[in-house]
Amino acid sequence: MKARVTVTLKTGVLDPQGKAIEGALKSLGVAGVASVRQGKVFEIELEEGDAAKAETTLREAAEKLLANTVIENFRVEVTASTPAEPAAS
Amino acid sequence: MKSAVIVFPGSNRERDMAHALKLVSGRDPAMVWHAETELPPGTDLVVLPGGFSYGDYLRCGAIAARAPIMGPVRDHARKGGLVMGVCNGFQILCEAELLPGILLRNAKMKFLCRDVHLKIERSDTPFTRGYNAGQVIRVPVAHGEGNYFASEGTVGRLEAEGRILFRYTDAEGKRDPKSNVNGALNSIAGVLNEKLNVLGLMPHPENHVENAVGCTDGRGLFAGLVAHFAQAA
Repeated sequence: MKARVTVTLKTGVLDPQGKAIEGALKSLGVAGVASVRQGKVFEIELEEGDAAKAETTLREAAEKLLANTVIENFRVEVTASTPAEPAAS
Repeated sequence: MKSAVIVFPGSNRERDMAHALKLVSGRDPAMVWHAETELPPGTDLVVLPGGFSYGDYLRCGAIAARAPIMGPVRDHARKGGLVMGVCNGFQILCEAELLPGILLRNAKMKFLCRDVHLKIERSDTPFTRGYNAGQVIRVPVAHGEGNYFASEGTVGRLEAEGRILFRYTDAEGKRDPKSNVNGALNSIAGVLNEKLNVLGLMPHPENHVENAVGCTDGRGLFAGLVAHFAQAA
């Protein structure tokens, strides 16, 4: 099954990279950009077939490594189930 | 003083650190590869050197903090043994949660490679007994992510408990935005854990230990550690 963990900076944590991207967008003439915050996305494939168990695993991965909860929040989502093996004909 | 320098893939200041330790203590440190599962018997001081462990992948120090050797380093700290992390070593100690907070990208986004002034906030720790409280020393920094950050509550506790050991100041020891080179909260350059036996700092005292480089202000840190262990023996 496929899953995605999204890690974002908590509100109030300084994000100079986001600021630089924001500035670059403005200098490119991309209109209407109020602000940019940079985060990370992890595309993960799991052997697990059960969505609830997969979510537990993903939360563990995020808490143990993918996010630093001093400055970051994370969100986990199961994006696609592995299709069942086609029945033997 | 028996010291051990932990070497991670991407460490690059381990030889500077070993040189300073040898120069001041007279004894070569053990160089310990990150995949080891124990420290050499009788290790007094564990040092995590600077560099770019794992190419700073994910977050600076994040992968190194989960390396096999970090179990024994944690045990050493729990038993009251001294642990010091410099630069990337500081980032690793934060990621390992042996120290509170985290080092963010420098506020002005530039990699900084220059000398800074540091005020020694207290001299009654094993790391600073070679200095006087309030003394200002000059040492280099070389980092892109040295902007110390922690929650307001954590920083308040660090202040109240006297766990901020080094601050960026001017040559007279005064704090101002200009001296706070990377934008760190409260000009924090180095912090201690609760038991005062684990230290992390961004600057490199190991690079200012010889007259040949024009400054020996970093030597006091190593001399203080040697004196600490000589007294304990």
